[in-house]
Parts: sequence; C-alpha cells; structure tokens
Amino acid sequence: MTAREDWWYDEAAGPLVRPYAMVRGRTRPNAPHLHLVTQVRASSFTSDQTSLTVEHREIMALCARPLSVAEVAAYLDVPLIVVKVLLSDLIERGDVIVQNSSPHIPDRDLLQAVLDGVRGI
Amino acid sequence: MVFVGSDDQLTVPTAVKIVIAGGFGTGKTTMVASVSEIPPLRTEELLTEAGVHVDDLAGIEGKDTTTVALDFGRITINTKVVLYLFGTPGQNRFWFMWDELATGAIGAVVLVDTRRLDSSFPSIDFFEHRGIPFIVAVNCFDGSQLYTVDEVRHALDLDEAIPVMLCDARDRESSKAVLVGLIQHSMNRLEAAV
Repeated sequence: MTAREDWWYDEAAGPLVRPYAMVRGRTRPNAPHLHLVTQVRASSFTSDQTSLTVEHREIMALCARPLSVAEVAAYLDVPLIVVKVLLSDLIERGDVIVQNSSPHIPDRDLLQAVLDGVRGI
Repeated sequence: MVFVGSDDQLTVPTAVKIVIAGGFGTGKTTMVASVSEIPPLRTEELLTEAGVHVDDLAGIEGKDTTTVALDFGRITINTKVVLYLFGTPGQNRFWFMWDELATGAIGAVVLVDTRRLDSSFPSIDFFEHRGIPFIVAVNCFDGSQLYTVDEVRHALDLDEAIPVMLCDARDRESSKAVLVGLIQHSMNRLEAAV
C-alpha cells in the first residue's frame, strides 16, 4: 500500500477528479441544513441563468418539481457532497427554494397520514 | 405534480423517512424495490468527506470502496407528504451514515435472515441505544423459515414491546404490511410517551 497521504493520486482517484472540478474544489456547502431528504425545488422567478454551469442548469430542470437532495444527487449521478455545494449556489441566488426545517420526529397527524398513504398504495 | 399553496406561493412537501436495516444480504434493497414507486435510486457519499468517523480503514483504499452507496425508494403519500425508504449501507463500518439516516426517521425495519441471525445484532443494538422505534421483520427466503416468531424473539433477546413479523421482502403486500406495522409501532410509542 502507498503512504496514506499519497493514495488519492493513484489510478483509483480517477473518478473523483470530475465531481470536485464541478464545484471548483469546494467541499463544504454554504447552506448548512441540506439533509438527504430535504426537499428542494426551482423557484418560480429565476434569475439570469447565463452564468450558471451545465450542472446548475440540470439541477434547475430536475427541480421543476420538488425533489429530495438524495434524488437530485442520484439523477445527476454525482456524490451527495457535490450536489449539496451546487444546491447551495442556487439557494444563495434565490433560484432554488428549500424546505426550511431540519429532520424532526413526525407527530401523530403526520404518522397517521403516512399510515393511510402506505395502506393506499 | 404541482405543489401550489393557497397563496400561490410555491411550496415544498414535508419529507419523512423509514430506514430499512439489517445485515448483508438480508433483502434490504429488495424490500425497498417492492414498495417504491420508482426503481430504487442510488446515491453516493465520498469517504473523504465523512471518513473521519470511519473506525476501520483496512481494505477501503481500493477503487470500489472509496464511496458509500445508499439505495433508496420513494412513496408519494399525498401532495404534502413524501416518504423515503433508505437501505442502510451493507458494511457496518459506515456508522456515520446510519446517524444521518436515523435522525428524524419514523423508525426502522431490521430485516433478519434466520440463517444468519447474528448479522442483525449490530442493527438492533444501534436502534435500541438511540431510542429509535424499530420492528424486526424475518425475511422468509424460500424454505428458510425454520423458526417461529417467539424463537426469533428469544434468540435476538428482544424486548416484548418490539414487534416481530414474518415477511417476504419480494412481495409488495408483505412489505407494505411490514411498513404499516412499523408506523403503528411508532404511533404507539408516541402515545405511550405522552
């Protein structure tokens, strides 16, 4: 095995280059409250999109309907952390709106709705 | 699907989640697939981001294991609520992902294969210690149901309050019944706590 500090630079590191290039090396999203199931969707009034990257625009297209952060990552086929950084950019611009809550334990009414929903599928 | 509030503002639905846990090969993704409205999706977390919590780096420097894959499905409950089903990562060393998965979850289904009961111990310990509602579902692979519910409960040393169900993870109605059982268990726990 190569030394620990070197092991990202062998051939196994290949697939990791592109996702990080996509976010220009950033690995920490500015929007802190993006969890796996946090719902995001494109806002109705989007700003000028000419400065957006292809990936940003793909997210905008995907988010025409509400989706979770995990779904956006899966459809875009990029790691979660990359999608969180890209979504942060769009949230800061006001192009994407986000569910304004962290994961909380569902209350009785919500559980009842989920129970009815699962029985109905 | 359009979610428009009464004031014409765009809204986003409330998301809830259920964790499908269990040892390797117990049928977690099979159960997700049998009830999900979409084919299970896969998302990946890079190990470099979360790796500080990894307790064992041996063997994960290879190309195939530099990411942790999560399989998940979706059930749209109504226009305001959407349920996500997450299978836990197969290898128990990825505990950091379990924490994010379990936070705010309705609860967890621990899938058990009676041929490898011990592979479900870490999952049961995890949810017990964090006080997260869970039920045990014995996945009856063809001809593998050698034990009764009581025998499984005893072998797993489960509290009487934890429901144990038999299921076939490939069967939609059977998996639905397991989810219903978990949600009812969570509701009972909520009422008992009031």
